Amino acid sequence: MSREQHYFDHAATTPLDPEVLQAMMPYLKEKFGNPSNLYELGRTANRAIVEATKTIAEILGCRPDEFVYTSSATEADNLAILGVARANKDKGNRVIVSQIEHKGILAMSEILKKEGFEVIELPIGEDGLLNHLELEKALTPQTILVSVTSADSETGTLQPIAEIAEVIKKFRVKNSSPFPYFHTDASQAAGYIDLNVDKLGVDMVTLSAHKIYGPKGIGGLYIRRGVSVNPIIYGGGQQNRLRSGTENVPGIVGFAKALSLCEKNKKTEYARIKKMRDALEKGIFKSIPKVVLNGHPKLRLPNFVNVSILDIEGEAMLLYLDELGIIVNTGSACNSQSLEPSYVLTALGNPYEFVHGSIRFTLGKTTTMTDVKYVLKHLPGIVKKLREISPLNLDLNQKEKRNEKTRHNKQTYWKLLGLHKTS
Amino acid sequence: MLLEDPKRAEYDSEGVVGSPACGDVMRVWLKIDAKKDKIKSFKWRTFGCASAIASTSMLSLMITEKGGMKIEKALKIKPQDIIKRLGGLPDRKIHCSVLGDKALRAALNDWFKKTNQFDRIIVEGTQVIDPNTKVTEADIEEAVLEGAIDLASVQKRTKVGIGYPECLPKVEELIRFYREKYFGPEGHNSPPAPSLKLREG
Repeated sequence: MSREQHYFDHAATTPLDPEVLQAMMPYLKEKFGNPSNLYELGRTANRAIVEATKTIAEILGCRPDEFVYTSSATEADNLAILGVARANKDKGNRVIVSQIEHKGILAMSEILKKEGFEVIELPIGEDGLLNHLELEKALTPQTILVSVTSADSETGTLQPIAEIAEVIKKFRVKNSSPFPYFHTDASQAAGYIDLNVDKLGVDMVTLSAHKIYGPKGIGGLYIRRGVSVNPIIYGGGQQNRLRSGTENVPGIVGFAKALSLCEKNKKTEYARIKKMRDALEKGIFKSIPKVVLNGHPKLRLPNFVNVSILDIEGEAMLLYLDELGIIVNTGSACNSQSLEPSYVLTALGNPYEFVHGSIRFTLGKTTTMTDVKYVLKHLPGIVKKLREISPLNLDLNQKEKRNEKTRHNKQTYWKLLGLHKTS
Repeated sequence: MLLEDPKRAEYDSEGVVGSPACGDVMRVWLKIDAKKDKIKSFKWRTFGCASAIASTSMLSLMITEKGGMKIEKALKIKPQDIIKRLGGLPDRKIHCSVLGDKALRAALNDWFKKTNQFDRIIVEGTQVIDPNTKVTEADIEEAVLEGAIDLASVQKRTKVGIGYPECLPKVEELIRFYREKYFGPEGHNSPPAPSLKLREG
């Protein structure tokens, strides 16, 4: 079946760039060698990895040996959290993350708790931002790791990573300790932010290839020299023993190519995409009543619009749009495996009924103004149709009312942690 | 499908299930032929995913085709019957279809109440009331049977609504319902501490 496609789900995954595929092709075909082998075929594969790593290291402003390839951003997150926690068990037992981390991080907290660690999930403000004052309150000399995403994958809100890094650095100086380490998952933000690790002030960075027009099945973790990490996968000792398993050579080549293309076009793409995003956002608010923007109004990745359209359900909207070839995503429970609505949108203080009506547009390289206009032409009609059959009439100010409660809950939360005294 | 809420005179009973917080709400209005004990007309509104909308729509068709359905027969409609008529639903969407027949039963219960046919009222068993704690109606029923006849004591047993206060009105309604069912409308024969204020429902 071929029909017009208007892809607005670049936060889920992106199409493979033809140039990337071209770069990968030889390593899928004739240059298929195992990079661990000494004969020419193996050395060719190894050279490709060395070259790719050099490219990535240059973009990150790090040394090539500070980067480890993984099968995904999830694995990189796992390695950062579990690996650091296990390697530094004797230095402390507190790990601090934000409430809106990727599941690759949040899922670790259960495992860490079993291993005797204490995991603090920092609450997020209504604007989607982590308040670094709250981080200051949670930092203790036992804290070995802090992980805050650069931009979450639902609203694209950009966290103040450099500011948070400052707080952590001050804390380290005060305690004359190298801890806590600071990790950020930048897989969603890559391609739009400056990835220089020193400017970011981080010790570890998670990246993923398929979010930046690279292949699926390859990601990586930057690990600053001196940060001790235990592997989570054991075997033949590849990649400095940090990640055993034969390297995904075509993936690695594609990853490096994709990242360098993104870096090259960053400035122009940023401006082009932001212009279209703003037009889409404005258009939605102009043509549809009772809409709430999710995430920070300004400090956001240029390709994200996440809105809650009240009184209707996201998945019904998604399918109507799909029928027209418009591909979007929703935080509605109906769309998830778990039947729970998006935890990120809920963490921002949204009532469940708002989250169910959320719809996320994420633009990308292939998006054009024609796509945006097409959406704006059809979305209001779909919303109207679904509202006509909906028995609901929600109160736009419900969020405000709810948030008074959230604020109260947050205070209680801090009191429970016994942290209010330190403020 | 309805584009405007019907006026009181246009229907005989109505039923609502679900909550916006849970992601599905269905509201149905019925017109009933009392003599023939038949549903003549079925109007609905649904907030929910495509499967939920499709299920309600199909249910309304099943009820009203062939000149309306006998109440006895309508009461026997199961989610599986609706799914079958729809030509199947993906596994993770099955739960979206269970509200249709519940809404229908709610509307029929409303009819039974209005027409003093209390013996015909159907009690739902397994709807999850609080998505956080997964407390079901059956859990509430059990708690009431065990003597927890007000919200505080039911909460003590089930933790329902703690952290999800939105479901509390529904819980209170259920407590009232089961209390009346098992202990009589005015709290006669009720276990100790029946000091409850009955609200007009």
